[in-house]
Amino acid sequence: MIAFKQANKSIQLIDSFLDTIDQGAIIFKEGVKNYLYGNREQFVDNLKTLSSLETDADIKRRKIENIMYTQSLMPQLRGDIMRLLEDMDAIIDQAKKSLFQFDVEVPKIPAELNQDLIKLSELSASAIESVVPAARAYFRSPEEVKEKIHRVYLYEKEADKQADSIKRRVFQELPIPKLSEKFHLRYFTLHIELLSDAAERVADLLSIMAIKRSM
Amino acid sequence: MLFLVLISSGLLLGWSLGTNDAANIFGTAVGSRMISFIRAAWIASIFVIIGAVFQGRGASETLTSLGEVDALGGAFTVALAAGVTVFLMTRSSLPVSTSQAVVGAILGWTAFTGKGTDYSVLTKIVSTWVSGPILGAIFAALLYILLRNFLRRTRIHAIKLDSMIRIGLIVAGAFGAYSLGANNIANVMGVFVPSAPDILLNFGLFALDGVQLLFLLGGIAIAVGIFTYSRKVMETVGRGVLALTPEAALVVVLAQALVLFLFSSIAFSNFLMSIGLPPLPLVPVSSTQVVIGAVLGIGLIKGGREIKLKTLSGVAIGWVTTPVAAGVMAYFSLFFVQNVFGLSVTYALPDPETEEFVAPAIREGLRQVNMILPGLLIATMLIIALLIFLFFRQQKLRLKVENELLMQQNRLFSSQKALNDLEVNTIQMENTMLSNKLEMKRQEYNQILMNINEQRNFLESITDELDQLIGLKDIEQRDKKLRELLVVLKQKMSFTKEIDDFYGKIEDLHQDFMFKLTDKHPDLSEKEKKLATLLRMNLSSKEIATLMNITPKSAEIARYRLRKKLGLKDRENIHEFLLQL
Repeated sequence: MIAFKQANKSIQLIDSFLDTIDQGAIIFKEGVKNYLYGNREQFVDNLKTLSSLETDADIKRRKIENIMYTQSLMPQLRGDIMRLLEDMDAIIDQAKKSLFQFDVEVPKIPAELNQDLIKLSELSASAIESVVPAARAYFRSPEEVKEKIHRVYLYEKEADKQADSIKRRVFQELPIPKLSEKFHLRYFTLHIELLSDAAERVADLLSIMAIKRSM
Repeated sequence: MLFLVLISSGLLLGWSLGTNDAANIFGTAVGSRMISFIRAAWIASIFVIIGAVFQGRGASETLTSLGEVDALGGAFTVALAAGVTVFLMTRSSLPVSTSQAVVGAILGWTAFTGKGTDYSVLTKIVSTWVSGPILGAIFAALLYILLRNFLRRTRIHAIKLDSMIRIGLIVAGAFGAYSLGANNIANVMGVFVPSAPDILLNFGLFALDGVQLLFLLGGIAIAVGIFTYSRKVMETVGRGVLALTPEAALVVVLAQALVLFLFSSIAFSNFLMSIGLPPLPLVPVSSTQVVIGAVLGIGLIKGGREIKLKTLSGVAIGWVTTPVAAGVMAYFSLFFVQNVFGLSVTYALPDPETEEFVAPAIREGLRQVNMILPGLLIATMLIIALLIFLFFRQQKLRLKVENELLMQQNRLFSSQKALNDLEVNTIQMENTMLSNKLEMKRQEYNQILMNINEQRNFLESITDELDQLIGLKDIEQRDKKLRELLVVLKQKMSFTKEIDDFYGKIEDLHQDFMFKLTDKHPDLSEKEKKLATLLRMNLSSKEIATLMNITPKSAEIARYRLRKKLGLKDRENIHEFLLQL
């Protein structure tokens, strides 16, 4: 049946879109690590992969939108679903932008901060990696969404704490002579931290959407 | 014709039922745009008519047994009184049900004609007003629990579930429409049943008697109501009162369809009796009240937060106010119709002792009409009309798709054109840049050529001078000439212009460095900045001396002074320091 064929197609696209976001989080984490350890080639490779993932996610999102509106799928919930996909797409956009900023601005990061920044990027990536299964749960068993998003909130809170600690070290402890360099470090910390905030926004949206969907 | 005029009040009731009650079946589906209105209207109309014609007899018989309105004038007045009551109460925003209005009007008729009321039938009917919504609530609650558990276990993807529910809503809607027709046709045409014509139309596969023809007319009136006015009601109901999740909407429609079906199915009633259970009374029940009951049932399962007591009390008040209002209205209307218009509202009551029940098909004087040939003709014409419609629709769709494709191609063409223009512009810019570079190179080579010529001329003049000096005998004169030549040579060795060119290029290359150096050490002179740039390039003191036109010793001293100004310690390398700057 045509209705089921289109429905299956959009299900496949949504699953594949969520995979892309998940992969994006892993690549971002690796990219930051490679930049901090000075592995230039791997970093450029990560940047290229993330960029192509971001383009992929955009294409898939548009295809899903197209099918949902032309086939009148989920008329009551498609607005929410499209917002969810847009917000998730914004995460991978943000990740790509941040990694590009590393490439363009080449921030001078003291070696003492390497571990802290790696931990921050891991926490942000974990928040994204946790929001993906919650989004999957929304489609198959909305009552499980709540038990999945609590991890996102935890990682987001931890990422906030880590970012605060990095900023404190930059401005109060480390002997960084130039104020501009301090600002630059704060700016990059903020950009990594923003990823977890974006994941938290998706989690908030998901929790409301799950209530709407629950019978 | 007179017959049609006299049943017009019933047809009006049917139209009103179609406009309002179809929304209970397809309201959520149409309001949420899961099914288009046209599709919903077709399904509802077809199944309402089928239900009315083939299963409408049961509930009608109960109404007839409450009060057999045996004259057309009386039936017209009863239906009109019920219709006006429904209209007025709806206008006053009071909860009202067509079923209860019709019952009230019949009671008004029995009171007016003095034919007495069968209280056991009345009790049966009134009990269904209460049991209908309660049964709706029970069915909805059970179906809801079943569906919820099924969905939790199967974990169907929301989008697939949506497609399944869409199909479910169409099937349940069709069942609901069938049950609505079967159950509620009694409201519309029930009072006219005793006045039904004695006729039997034989269509070969099936035959329709006078009552069924009456129900067919009623069903068509309901269908007209659905097509003409129910769209707005469906959208209002779907987005407002019944703004349920699609899953809950499916449950509500199914529960309502089941209740209406049970209260109109003779077969089910017989089945209950065959297993020794009391049969369900075949009575027209209010579909709206059953829907309210179903929503309440779901609300109870969800924890009772969504239950609106005001709605419930409205339903209960309606049980009393509607029949009373319709009864009073019927009583006074009958008085007017009989005394003012002189229409007969009842005939003499037959003696119940001698009266015997005669099945319509074998009644004496029954006029049988063979409808097989006309039926076939009509069916063929309908199929041809449908095929023509489908053909033209297909053509229209094909044209639409072709147009869209053409538009898409146009858009693609425009974007490609824009892209090509952009590429041409880029190539033109690159060409301009290349010609500029070429011009610069040409000027550079001209300069080199001129330099070579100039140096050659200079060296030729020196060799000429030296030739002349070799032949000169006067030593004093020769020394003087030699000294002059030395001065000329020394002047030429200063390379001022070349050095200036060299510095110009160096400054371009190290613009950032010069900017940082000036920013960090604003007290440095221009010469010191030049020296710092040369040191950053890791040039030796000898090379620096040549470029700065000073002696190597002076270059060493200048380098020492620069170190002091930059605040370097003894062990610090000035080259590395300048590189890190």
